[in-house]
Order: sequence, then structure tokens, then C-alpha cells
Amino acid sequence: MITGVSPEPRLRVPRALATFGGDLLGALRDVAPIVLVVAFFQLVVLRQPLPELGAILVGSVLVVLGLALFLRGLELALFPLGELMAAGLARRGSLLWLTVFAFALGFSTTVAEPALIAIADEAASVAAADGLIAATESARHGYALGLRLTVALSVGTAIVVGVIRIIKGWSVLWLIVAGYVGVVLMTLVAPADVVGIAYDSGGVTTSTVTVPLVTALGVGLASAVKGRNPLVDGFGLIAFASLTPMVFVMAYGTLA
Amino acid sequence: MSDLARLLWESVHDTVLGLVPIVVLLGLFPRVVLRRPLPRPRELASGLVLVVLGMTLFLAGLGKSLFPLGRLMAEQLTDSVSGEGGAGWTDYGWVYAFGAAIGFATTIAEPALIAVSLKAQDVSGGTIRAWGLRVAVAVGVAVGIALGCFRIVTGTPLAAYVVVGYLLVLVQAWRAPRPILALAFDTGGVTTSTVTVPLVAALGLGLASTIPGRSPLVDGFGLIAFASMVPMMTVMAYAGLGSARSRGRRPASYAHHEPDHEEV
Repeated sequence: MITGVSPEPRLRVPRALATFGGDLLGALRDVAPIVLVVAFFQLVVLRQPLPELGAILVGSVLVVLGLALFLRGLELALFPLGELMAAGLARRGSLLWLTVFAFALGFSTTVAEPALIAIADEAASVAAADGLIAATESARHGYALGLRLTVALSVGTAIVVGVIRIIKGWSVLWLIVAGYVGVVLMTLVAPADVVGIAYDSGGVTTSTVTVPLVTALGVGLASAVKGRNPLVDGFGLIAFASLTPMVFVMAYGTLA
Repeated sequence: MSDLARLLWESVHDTVLGLVPIVVLLGLFPRVVLRRPLPRPRELASGLVLVVLGMTLFLAGLGKSLFPLGRLMAEQLTDSVSGEGGAGWTDYGWVYAFGAAIGFATTIAEPALIAVSLKAQDVSGGTIRAWGLRVAVAVGVAVGIALGCFRIVTGTPLAAYVVVGYLLVLVQAWRAPRPILALAFDTGGVTTSTVTVPLVAALGLGLASTIPGRSPLVDGFGLIAFASMVPMMTVMAYAGLGSARSRGRRPASYAHHEPDHEEV
């Protein structure tokens, strides 16, 4: 490297490009296993040619590019936003606002989550096919919306309880045990048809945008509250937010 | 290419729809609660634009190429076994292998897991390595999906697996190093997000609909539950392994001062 030649402003663009190049390489490494698995099973196990090779290549390039951009946006926006909110709420010191905000964050990030919309629609059409609900458009729509609201409500509740846990310093283990006991009890009570949907809804609630925001919020709160450790106390919000939907959805399926 | 344009539009639509409530909340919050504007609004806004753009390309790319092919392969693999009629659970070897491989691969590419791993590495001061954590979770998902496929093939009750599995998780949690607990539980929820769910759900529904006597509603769903359960065990095992290794090492060892590979 030649020293003292390039002034700082001129270095900016190449440096950004180099950063983005690094991001792209990382994303390429992250996506490569999927491509390898698909190619191996298609060519070696099923012994069939790859259909539409061009489409697969274009798709893979988009996936790599998208992942690199998302991860950059994560560092620029989602993590800082979560931390800013945590710091602001801790400074404000109002448990009421913290509760309101935690609920709103959990509810709002879940209710419009595309994966949840997809699974709710699918659950409604399967329920209609099995004769659980009337096979009309409005019955399906109502069932799917009810399911979405139930899940969003449960995630909002989970974030509230999880945030209070961080403030009070409760052990994560007891909350999780209580959640599991709830899941087990509801599994025994709920109709078999609902159990599978309920278990899956726990997994889909925690989306790609929600997870970084909520994680940064939890870790930020645990760093801001005296006597809490970010690693021990900061995590656990997502865990609780994936447990409560199972309980709530099984309750919804039992009552609806 | 109009097909690609439609996919791009759909994923823009989905991503923006999912983000609207969050942006409204984040827009109101500083004014109402903090009574001061957010610092560096331009950087935050450009970051959010990158998130939307990134998710759009990511989802469109998956929808364009890997999802349709993955679904097709899941169907072909399950069909090729069930077509012979009266197949036993041992005849589904390639189905379990595919479930495990695709579970591992999609978990490595899961953006939400990357986010949590980066945070965990950051907060733990590097004692938890982002890459190690991601591999531990991916191994857990692989085992979970294979086990879930086995359950669908044999038709054994989901609830029994889940109850036994969670009891094992609790027993393990009792013995695991305290600092890892919350993180281990979190990874269970994080594993099943944008990439894993569509492929795995297709595999489960494909299996349930090709095997006689299985209902897509009861048996098809529920694979995801396995994919969230087993990673908790593998992450706790990974942490136990790490702390056991560092206990065995001499205090003067510098082996854990390796440079970070993950870009922060």
C-alpha cells in the first residue's frame, strides 16, 4: 500500500465497495450449502438433469445479493434501532411505557408477518377440507384472521413477560418450564387437528425482521439495567415468543 | 422474465406489508415516549431500505429457483418410495437424508440466525463463536427434520415426541452452563424462519400425502416443531463441549484468542 497519496474522501467509495465485496463473499458461503444439497440430490440421487439451469443461477445470484444487503441493513438499522429503544426506555424508567411498547412491538411485528399469513391461510383451507369449519370463503377468512390475531396477541404477551423478566432478573429457566407445562397441558386438551398447526405457528412467528429487533431490545435492556448481564439475561425473548403461540393457538382451536 | 418481475413485486409487497406496522411504531415511539428524535435518522432510514431491498431479492431469488426445485425434489423422493407400495420405514433412507441435508443447508442461510449469532458473539466477547453456534443449530435442525420424517413415516404420535423431547431439553438445561441457557432457548425459535419453513413444510406435506393413512393436517404440520426442539439440545451440548474443553486447557493457553472471522 502506498502511504500518504490518496486523501481520505477518495478512499471512501473503494472502501465501501471492498466492504460490500466482503459481504457478498460471506453471503455466498452462507447460500452455497443449499445449492450443493439441491444439486447433489437432483444429479446423484434422483439422476435427473437440473431443470431451468438459467433460472436457478439467476435465483441464486439474487439470494446471495439479497442476503448481503440484508445483513448490511441489519447492522445499519435493525440492531441500532433495537438498542436505541432499549436505551430510551431504560432512561425513561417507566414500567408502564415499557410494557405498552413491548406489547406493541410483539403484536405489530407478528400480525402482518408473511410467513404467518401463509400458514394461517393454509391451516384454514385444510380445516375447511377436513370439515372443521364451513367450506366458504368467509369462514376460511375468519378462521385465518382469528388465528393470526391469536398468534400476534400471544407474541405481544410473550415480549411483555420477557421484558419484565429482564428488568426483575428472573431465571429464564422457570419461565420456559412454565411455558412447556402450558404447552403439554394444552396438548392433552386440544383436538389432534390443531396440535400440529399450533406447534408450527410457534416457529413462524419469529421472522427475519422481528428477531434482530427483539434480540437487540433484550440485550440492550439487559446492558442498561444495573446488575443484569447481556448474555445471561438479554436473550430469551425469542424463546418465550415462540412458546406462547403454541399455547394460545391450541386454546383458540379448542374454543373456536 | 415477467415471471421474475412478478416474484420481485410479490416479495416487495410482502416485505413492505410486514414492515409497515414496525415503521409506524418506530416512528411514533421516539416522539411519544422518548420525546426526542432518533439520532442519525438518515443512516437508520438507509439501513431499513437495505433491509427491504435485501429481503426482496432474497425471497424472490428463493422463490425463483430453490423453492420450486426443492419442493419438486421432496415430492419425487417421497413418490419414488411410496410408488412401490407397502414400503417399510427403512425404505425412506434418502428421504431422511434429504430432510437432514436441506435442514442443515437452509439453517446456515437463515438470516435471523445469523443476526442472533452475531449478537451472541458480540455480547459474549467472542467466547461464543458465531460460526460455531450456527453450525450447532444447523446440526440440530438436520437431526430434527430427519426424526420428524421418521415420525411421519411410522405414524407415531407427535405429542409423544414433543413431550419426551422437551423433558430431555429440561434435563439438559439443568446441567448446561448458565450463560448459554437463554441463548439456547432462543435458537429454537430462530431456526424456523424465512428459508427453512417453506421447504420443510413442503417435505412434510408431501410425505403425509403420499403415505397411505396419513393426514396432511395432523401429520404434515409438526416437522417445524422438531426443527425448533433439537437445536436447543445441540446448542447446549456445544456450550458444554466448549466449557469442558476450556476447563481441560491450561489457563495460560491462548488458543481461544483466535481472530474473529465474522464481519461485525
